[in-house]
Amino acid sequence: MSIRVRATSPTDEQAREALRGKPAAEHRPSENVAKPEGDLAFSISDLSLWYSGKQALTRVGLDIPRKKVTALIGPSGCGKSTLIRCLNRMNDLIPGVTIEGNVTYRNADIYGSDVDPVEVRRRIGMVFQKPNPFPKSIYENVAFGAKVNGFRGNLDDLVESSLKRAALWDEVRDDLKKSGLALSGGQQQRLCIARALANNPDVILMDEPCSALDPIATLKIEDLMRELTTDYTIVVVTHNMQQAARVSDYTAFMLTDEEITGQLIEYAPTETMFTQPADQRTEDYISGRFG
Amino acid sequence: MSAAETTTTPATVTLQAEGSVARRQAWSRTSRWILLAATLLGLVVLVILGIDNAIVGIPSLDWDFLSNYPSRFAERAGIRSSILGSVWVLVFTVIFAIPVAVGAAVWMEEFAPQNAILTTVRLNIANLAGVPSIIYGILGLAVFVRLMELGPSILAGALTLALMILPMTVITSVEAINQVAPSIREGSLALGATRWQTVWNHVLPGAMPGILTGTILAVARAAGETAALIMIGAFTFIAFDPALSFGGLLDSFTTLPIQVYNWTIRPQPEFRANAAAGIIVLMIAVIGLNALALVVRDRLRRN
Repeated sequence: MSIRVRATSPTDEQAREALRGKPAAEHRPSENVAKPEGDLAFSISDLSLWYSGKQALTRVGLDIPRKKVTALIGPSGCGKSTLIRCLNRMNDLIPGVTIEGNVTYRNADIYGSDVDPVEVRRRIGMVFQKPNPFPKSIYENVAFGAKVNGFRGNLDDLVESSLKRAALWDEVRDDLKKSGLALSGGQQQRLCIARALANNPDVILMDEPCSALDPIATLKIEDLMRELTTDYTIVVVTHNMQQAARVSDYTAFMLTDEEITGQLIEYAPTETMFTQPADQRTEDYISGRFG
Repeated sequence: MSAAETTTTPATVTLQAEGSVARRQAWSRTSRWILLAATLLGLVVLVILGIDNAIVGIPSLDWDFLSNYPSRFAERAGIRSSILGSVWVLVFTVIFAIPVAVGAAVWMEEFAPQNAILTTVRLNIANLAGVPSIIYGILGLAVFVRLMELGPSILAGALTLALMILPMTVITSVEAINQVAPSIREGSLALGATRWQTVWNHVLPGAMPGILTGTILAVARAAGETAALIMIGAFTFIAFDPALSFGGLLDSFTTLPIQVYNWTIRPQPEFRANAAAGIIVLMIAVIGLNALALVVRDRLRRN
């Protein structure tokens, strides 16, 4: 087990030490964690995270398979967004974050000392909860990632193929010069997916990608997620259990209770999870008794 | 509420204000007039001053006045050299101040560790914006005129004014940068853009309307500045155009507000008419800059 602590100053670290309660340290990771078969995209072990000394994840460990959809579910505040943001080092951007534990991506340590977060984010794309197209044209939105990453090929072709993959091309082919903000919410979210695809990533992280969308737009995104698994690994955070059941191959259930914030309760193939949950709390959550 | 209770309530009510409602409403109506009076007070004073000044100044305001150099004779004196001096000084003020101000603002908002030192720096920049201009004049005299041996030159004047408008421009730039949605930054960084690429491609374009507005307002303030420039020794009789060369930057100069001040302290009433005419030109320039700031902001916001 490797442990890394990144702190801005020794005093910060002492303050954090004092704030970390006992229960977290004594917390034993869940035993109901399945080992996926085949290639792995991510291997997470013993991952804990603090925001300015306040714990958000406690000793999370799971393996995420390649070219599959893995869903993270759980009630608000259970740490699922925090966990997904550890996978492309977006948490680095928040001042006062401390991370312990291990995250490897195809056998490379994501938090290794020689790792550049910019390179991590280029390979591991992300789609956010609220569609956030840049206030530029549709074309420029899609081309941006390629441009900043020094893409040398034909930009027009790249924009077209990315929009096609994101199932948006037919709707926007005639107004590529139009502002990305002029699209509907669902189209904006697919534009954000196209923008991520244009970088040719291996993984796409989706942080509640449908929570701001209507049911029809949601359905389109879900179809798209299924189609994309032929080439991409997808990790999706969702509030919506039906969505997890519909789109994912594996599901992880997270929970914050009175003592432990951001723990992984259960991780299993989606079908198993929704038919024979091993943990009582998982069953209570997916049957709608809380959350 | 049961049916029995409904029938016991009176069928009609009076909705006229009475008692405490009437009192509060009366106060509310009065406050409106008091506030209007407060607004008008400022406006009326400005209009009266403007009209009074126009009556004195307009007769002197003609092409000769704009194109002549200053003179011992009031009727031959003009503001050619002070207009050119003002333009020249302001152009270089902008060139010196804006890159530094925007750079400082970007660093504070996008790169600096958000800690106590930065909070102190922020607070002190806000304090600097309130420092009287004469203090900047003294600083300019000591550092640029004497220490750097620039003399009372255009360069020294521009550097002094740049220093003066710097805090204000930093503050408005910081505010403009803060207006750019964090989700845009996240989107850019998540695509593998570096901090700098994010700043250059998204943050600065988004903040540009605010930065430009702040800059133009700061230039308007610098355009009317007198004390700091008199302090560095720009209070001279200039009967030539500043040379359009690097050497020209070391020429001595005068500006419009200094020229106006110069004329107002002369005993002859004819010079007072010249001062009034100079004020009209200066007012038009400053109001024009403020209007430009509004137009630029609206135009860029709409795009």
